[in-house]
Amino acid sequence: MARHWRAGTAGLAVLGLTLTACGGAKVGDSSSGSNGGGGSGKCGTFNLAVNPWVGYEADAAVVAYVAEHELGCKVDKKNLKEEIAWQGFGTGEVDAVLENWGHDDLKKKYITQQKTAVEAGGTGNKGIIGWYVPPWLAKAHPDILDHKNLDKYAAEFKTSESGGKGQLLDGDPSYVTNDEALVKNLKLDFKVVYAGSETALIQSFRDAEKNKKWMIGYFYEPQWFLSEVPLKKVSLPKYTTGCDAVAEKVACDYPVYDLDKIVSSKFAKSGSPAYDLVKNFNWTNEDQNTVAKYIAQDKLSHEAAAKKWVDANKDKVDAWIK
Amino acid sequence: MSVAVEKSRKPGEAEALEPAAPAGGARKVSRPMVIGAVLVAWLVLFALLRGKQTLPLAAADLTDLHRWINDFNDSIGAHRNSNPLFLYFFNEIRLVIDNLVTFVQHLISQPSGTRPVPQVGWLGVVGIAGYVSWAVGNWRVALLAVAGFTFFGLQGLWQESMDTLALTLSAVFVALLFAIPLGVWAGLSDRFNRIMTPFLDFMQTMPTFVYLAPLTLFFLIGGASATIATVIYAAPPTIRITAHAIRNVSRTTVEAAESLGATRRQSLFKVLLPMSRRTVVMGVNQTIMAALAMVTVAALINAPGLGVNVLQALQSLDVGTAFNAGLAIVVMAIVLDRVTTAAGAREENARRSMNRFVKWRRPLLGAGAVVTAVLIHLSHTYVWAADFPGNGTIGHHIASAADTATDWAQDNLSGVTNAFRDAVTNGLLNPFQTLLTDSPWWLVGAVLVALGVVFGGWRAGVTTAVCVGLLVGTGVWSDGMTTLASTLVATVLVMVLGVVFGVWMGRSTLVDRLIRPTLDAAQVMPPFVYLVPFLALFGATRFTAIVAAVVYGAPVAMKIIADGIRAVPETTVEAAASAGCNTWQIITKVQLPMSRGALTLATNQGLIYVLSMVVVGGLVGAGALGYDVVAGFSQGELYGKGLAAGCAIVLLGVMFDRITQAAARRVGA
Repeated sequence: MARHWRAGTAGLAVLGLTLTACGGAKVGDSSSGSNGGGGSGKCGTFNLAVNPWVGYEADAAVVAYVAEHELGCKVDKKNLKEEIAWQGFGTGEVDAVLENWGHDDLKKKYITQQKTAVEAGGTGNKGIIGWYVPPWLAKAHPDILDHKNLDKYAAEFKTSESGGKGQLLDGDPSYVTNDEALVKNLKLDFKVVYAGSETALIQSFRDAEKNKKWMIGYFYEPQWFLSEVPLKKVSLPKYTTGCDAVAEKVACDYPVYDLDKIVSSKFAKSGSPAYDLVKNFNWTNEDQNTVAKYIAQDKLSHEAAAKKWVDANKDKVDAWIK
Repeated sequence: MSVAVEKSRKPGEAEALEPAAPAGGARKVSRPMVIGAVLVAWLVLFALLRGKQTLPLAAADLTDLHRWINDFNDSIGAHRNSNPLFLYFFNEIRLVIDNLVTFVQHLISQPSGTRPVPQVGWLGVVGIAGYVSWAVGNWRVALLAVAGFTFFGLQGLWQESMDTLALTLSAVFVALLFAIPLGVWAGLSDRFNRIMTPFLDFMQTMPTFVYLAPLTLFFLIGGASATIATVIYAAPPTIRITAHAIRNVSRTTVEAAESLGATRRQSLFKVLLPMSRRTVVMGVNQTIMAALAMVTVAALINAPGLGVNVLQALQSLDVGTAFNAGLAIVVMAIVLDRVTTAAGAREENARRSMNRFVKWRRPLLGAGAVVTAVLIHLSHTYVWAADFPGNGTIGHHIASAADTATDWAQDNLSGVTNAFRDAVTNGLLNPFQTLLTDSPWWLVGAVLVALGVVFGGWRAGVTTAVCVGLLVGTGVWSDGMTTLASTLVATVLVMVLGVVFGVWMGRSTLVDRLIRPTLDAAQVMPPFVYLVPFLALFGATRFTAIVAAVVYGAPVAMKIIADGIRAVPETTVEAAASAGCNTWQIITKVQLPMSRGALTLATNQGLIYVLSMVVVGGLVGAGALGYDVVAGFSQGELYGKGLAAGCAIVLLGVMFDRITQAAARRVGA
């Protein structure tokens, strides 16, 4: 037995030596130049929250790309839901949120009360919320785009979930919604059914358009899915300032949201060039949709999607980092 | 994979509850009549009292309890930085766990220090996986491990897989650190076991979404929170199974040891622990599986790994990419499952097969260690062995194949599935749900308590009454009843599938072997991956939620029933066959009646698994409790309600668990 043992060890040693000898590039040889964030040191680590929707990912991709390549920051992207991201301002885990939809409750809690966060201006994006129908339906019944005619078609919107009424499908519970109050106060023969997630909502719209099914649901812009299926918005009674003051009595359209950026108070005072970038970051819905499309439909990596857009929009980027 | 979890709960309570059994003889004749009478009374009263005292609560409405929880939660957040509990307790825990996670990550998944790659590259990890699997298991699982780990690289998901592995290993390590001592204690002390059981129920059935946000408040965003969330969910199986194992060591052995003068300590370390090792390994196996089930959830609080791929792909409804990442999770689960199972079985096999291989084992192990060391060194030094070569072409193929299959199903099955959905919804779900939600709360409560008494005896009845009372207290009674209706319908479907496939698998080893990997996959594949096509087939409806629950719950029921069928003595079946019974008669008159215990256990587990999918159901249109929990996670104002809804789910789970277990004991007696 001992003989086998020795032979085996010898064999292995030879094998090991051969493998080591034939080698190849060594770790640390080639890539020593690119690590550690480019050496500028002034920026340091930039903790960027990434909320779970593609539009936000587009924002984050571009800002992170610019911060890394132009400012030499080390960007730490953190995938978080809104509430948890805001919570992170206080604990120092999050420096910036790039696309905030209203969220007056969070603003009150973290900006006014805890003073751990401050506003950093608008993103330039306009957030539109409302009720949408698939394009085929808008084409076949153009009058459906007025809420007053919805009741006429209520029976067509019936589903197994809506208890004999027409179904109005709502999505992710994190999104701002007055739909239940709207249905009640506009006296519509509809019931709000909660799909519970954006995935479920998009899949329902996709299916409705493809198979010419009747469907009406909550949706919003800017959203990558609209470039795949251009949903049509149903008009609601016009929004006037204060018409949504009392939640139970809302009977008007959603306001147009100026999407804005929120940063932690510490980050705002840090003097980091990344803060200036976040503050200056500003683009249009079209810009965001372009990048979102690169990510969602063309399936580019975030880095590649951002590079493609940044290379084509040098002037805009230069304005942010001046 | 989770068969043992609930089995383990039985023995401890069986002793305590024995007195309930004798009464059964007298009641036996009348039990179906009592049930019938309860149901008839329910229907009559429902017709009279429909719509009264139903305790409804609209989606955005809150009760005082919910508001109070919100305020409490806010005040914790506001005083985080000055509270000594945080400064000296939670922060310290966080630090320790964070260091552990970071250490493992730097070892296998993340660049560390000035190195652009982790300390050990792919070749080294594959080598370690193969060597360890072989050392603790056998060469077959070692091959499986090597193939599985190489597959991650081919999928183009090497780093993500290693991130997931690092987190899973850290979580399992921390979980075992607590779970095994606690399990031993619970095994030695009935009292501690009784105290522990409700906590374990709570940890396993409370939806993770409820405590995810507070966890990040306590332990910050990062590895520590993700690990702790995973530990909370994954530790209970080991505690339960260890306790079960300790209890099952035969009394005589322990007494023999004691009569030889062994101290308590000696009998624990020399007798109890070694003798229950095999079962404890099964507990470890369950803990690993549970930890992997948390991968996608942990990604919601920035845990790196495969969960991130799944979530991001689903935001753009990219089923193929999500499936590819999901498949990696499944492969990892299967590898870890088979390796730990082999590790549990190894000792006996080795003892049985005293072949010539045994004396070679030591030198071979040494040689293997040398090879592994060489591989680790290579992967530490050379780029080709550190970064997985290629760009994941196989992954792209898998993704596009999954896309094609999904598209095909969506295009071709839509009509059939809609008809099926409407039939189940209108024929079964809607009437049942109306009955539950439109009856006065006290009527439903009384019916539940009565059924609890009839099925499970007085003690189960008392538990049910307590649970009903607390359910009313949570303020989400109406949503609870909606969820209950869906849950019961799903459980019925689970049992139908469970019996059909369980019997088939139990009667044929070949079928079992073919089906089992699919069942494993259904249990660990992140639900959303298959839910997107289901959404296309069934729409955002309660039925989709039921299907999701069935996919997750049915495998457990099938496995338990298959085991039960197989446990029916061969001779009995042969006797029946020689008496001229045909296959159908053998199944219905012999095999199923004789595996009654397994059927009850399967119902119990089926229900618990279905309940654990309530939250996922809320994401695809089930509304009710699941939606409340998700909404509570997403909106600060609804946090209290989400927590209450989570408690309601736990209460439903405990109620059914106690009733079915009491019923199972009665059947067994």
